[in-house]
Amino acid sequence: MRMELTVWRQENQDATGSFVDYTVDNVSPEMSFLEMLDVLNERLVAEGEEPIAFDHDCREGICGSCGLVINGTAHGPRRATTTCQLHMRSFEDGDRIRIEPWRAAAFPVLKDLIVDRSPFDRIIQAGGYISVNTGSAPDANLIPVPKPVADRAMDAAECIGCGACVAQCPNGAAQLFTAAKVSHLSLLPQGDPERASRVLAMVETMEDDFGACSNYAECEAVCPKEISIDFIARMNREYLRAQLVADVDD
Amino acid sequence: MTLDAKVPDGPLDEKWTDYKFDLKLVNPANKRKFDILVVGSGLAGGSAAATLAELGYDVKCFCYQDSPRRAHSIAAQGGINAAKNYQNDGDSVFRLFYDTVKGGDFRSREANVHRLAEVSVNIIDQCVAQGVPFAREYGGYLANRSFGGAQVSRTFYARGQTGQQLLLGAYQALERQIARGKVEMFPRTEMLDVVVEDGRARGIVVRDMVSGEVRSYSGDAVVLATGGYSNVFYLSTNAKGCNTTAIWRAHRRGAYFANPAYTQIHPTCIPVSGEYQSKLTLMSESLRNDGRIWVPEKKGDDRPPNEIPRSERDYYLERRYPAFGNLVPRDIASRAAKEVCDAGHGVAHGGRGVYLDFADAIERLGRQEIQDRYGNLFAMYERITGDDPYRTPMKIYPAPHYTMGGLWVDYNLMSNVAGLYVIGEANFSDHGANRLGASALMQGLADGYFVLPYTIGDYLARHMGEEPLATDHAAFRAVESDVEGRIDRLVSSDGTRPPEAFHRELGRLVWDHCGMSRSREGLETALVKIPELRERFWNEVRVAGSGEELNQSLEVAGRVADFLELAELMCIDALHREESAGTHFRVEYQTPEGEARRNDEEFAYVAAWEFRDGERPKLHREDLDFEHVELSQRSYK
Repeated sequence: MRMELTVWRQENQDATGSFVDYTVDNVSPEMSFLEMLDVLNERLVAEGEEPIAFDHDCREGICGSCGLVINGTAHGPRRATTTCQLHMRSFEDGDRIRIEPWRAAAFPVLKDLIVDRSPFDRIIQAGGYISVNTGSAPDANLIPVPKPVADRAMDAAECIGCGACVAQCPNGAAQLFTAAKVSHLSLLPQGDPERASRVLAMVETMEDDFGACSNYAECEAVCPKEISIDFIARMNREYLRAQLVADVDD
Repeated sequence: MTLDAKVPDGPLDEKWTDYKFDLKLVNPANKRKFDILVVGSGLAGGSAAATLAELGYDVKCFCYQDSPRRAHSIAAQGGINAAKNYQNDGDSVFRLFYDTVKGGDFRSREANVHRLAEVSVNIIDQCVAQGVPFAREYGGYLANRSFGGAQVSRTFYARGQTGQQLLLGAYQALERQIARGKVEMFPRTEMLDVVVEDGRARGIVVRDMVSGEVRSYSGDAVVLATGGYSNVFYLSTNAKGCNTTAIWRAHRRGAYFANPAYTQIHPTCIPVSGEYQSKLTLMSESLRNDGRIWVPEKKGDDRPPNEIPRSERDYYLERRYPAFGNLVPRDIASRAAKEVCDAGHGVAHGGRGVYLDFADAIERLGRQEIQDRYGNLFAMYERITGDDPYRTPMKIYPAPHYTMGGLWVDYNLMSNVAGLYVIGEANFSDHGANRLGASALMQGLADGYFVLPYTIGDYLARHMGEEPLATDHAAFRAVESDVEGRIDRLVSSDGTRPPEAFHRELGRLVWDHCGMSRSREGLETALVKIPELRERFWNEVRVAGSGEELNQSLEVAGRVADFLELAELMCIDALHREESAGTHFRVEYQTPEGEARRNDEEFAYVAAWEFRDGERPKLHREDLDFEHVELSQRSYK
């Protein structure tokens, strides 16, 4: 197959970028999208040009490193599929494909298709954890967790932190990412002692860098792990609960 | 003279407990006077960095990805072992110890393995407390499943994403310490060398992957937690960025590299589909709990699998190994798959594949139950291949996955270079010549949460009051200069071939001659071809751009250059080990039934290699004594 690519190139964080066209021939339907870019890149290097820089690592949809906006959709046309898991059998011979980095003010471009997602780590730093020093844990079976609760917590915990939700949201909001972690830890009994402080702190930090949620639900549509916006509703309830729960000093 | 692993005296099950009392401690108020550099942020590095910071040490942590949460530990699927015996089926610390030593084909250090089994129970407690959402039974208690090489159900799991959840637990603990200011995190920073002065590790030299700047960091101790070197095969289940550079450079600076030939080929991965293939995807070993492996009885039978009746299928693992069936350890399952494919019964592209069939399990348990256990894995398979495993058997083939070899460490997890610690897959210890499933996660967290924080204190206490070496010291300058020199050499090379082309060529060489089965001729051939390839690399590689910017082409080239050296050591090690043990299978040394034939009289030792520039590496032996496990021919029949 032949693919006509239009790719965002940007030399560094401070440079102005632009779109550049490339044609890639002999694309097999069994190839992954990133393998197609590898093939293009090897050709560019052999021709003395700079290869297209893009983040990737595991190439199996779990690390969250990869992230391209493909024809306007974060991670491309297949539902619940990361960029690295997208295969060229999802495209047809002669297709034009526009490739951009994650588009969000909170994720500045570093080079070509690589962006800086450190605001996500800052949200986790604000409270996305359970404070338990190594060695202080009780026996693992001491606190039973009902199976439906454990399963639901796992649904939320599946978030890979890729940022597609932010990239696709017209407001650049990070509600889905934050809600996934808040939900995971607030569902489990282990998260109970910090349940209120966690959501308040994480939301406050989230609002430093990201836009506001208007319930577009674009995030859910592109999430490669199919995290539900029900978790955003849960986070909103947790946030309200945190306002109403009596402080120990009251 | 045998290497001293500093294993404490005493009964096996008391060594670690007694040792912890004998270790020197650093007073809580003094811990903040020490700076520890942790390279790598996966299960071992992340847990170590977090735990050391909780204790009060000042920690700097480095990773090449954009966030510590991207470490490849995240991809581990099936589960983590622990000797809790919640299932009341006969498990115990001693049994986990025994299974691990036996699974390692009697080539690991007993004391380390017993300690690993002891702390395994603490790991599960810590993970649950952190909020790791392990699978539960209906009563709310933790669920377990079985894994290869064990006849008990001791594996804890979170769907098929256990590695992800364990890593996120450690990552979250790490982020908590970053927020406290006790860990300074350096993402997009690659360690390119270690600074050793007077036989002690004093710091590291790194490259900032965004600006290209080469910088030094000084510390009181250096901890390498940089994972394994399966990418020497180019195609492996590792992430694309996984590399051997940190441990290889440390090796070149004096740290012995142990058992590099012990590379594990995992039996169940998605087969190669074409020349452009960039990596191989693992299908968790846990699938072998319920899937049945088979090939057509008839050679070259290309009927769709659902049209081949049961009587015309060879369920070869069940046939050859009745006691363990599809749950034989990885080395045995991988070799068996290769044999049936070499004999012409293979399916998939190039005849390199066997079936992993869930039809019976779906019939017995129902589709919903199978979906609950493996849903995400089935979806991943379908995305990559376009086939639906609920309807048609998966095709799988062995692929490089894990490396038991790594830098040599003593009982303290310290290398032979003082102050240089190595943890997780990056070290050689614990798994012998073959790692059992669900034990890598266990080892990474054991090292990071429950071993290193104790043993490192002893070393630091002995250096109380000493200043770390300043980064403008000549020792740092010299290493910076070496690092910059290598980078210059790579970017100024006026060749024509991108580094990936050399990587692929190396991968094929190593897979053919130092893969699942090895021979004297094959290894000797490799030992001629690898240096040739390496020379061509330095003459013909083309690296785009310059060093002073974000440059992925340069990053790859640097890593490939190190693989081109490691590969040679792997072959030297494989050639010298004239026996078959675990995953190291020499065709000249096999039993009449085609199983590995060990030579315990001559080879029951750890081969720790010392780097000597321009010369053949020097072998140091650590003799292995087995006092508690009876050496036997591993049988899983």
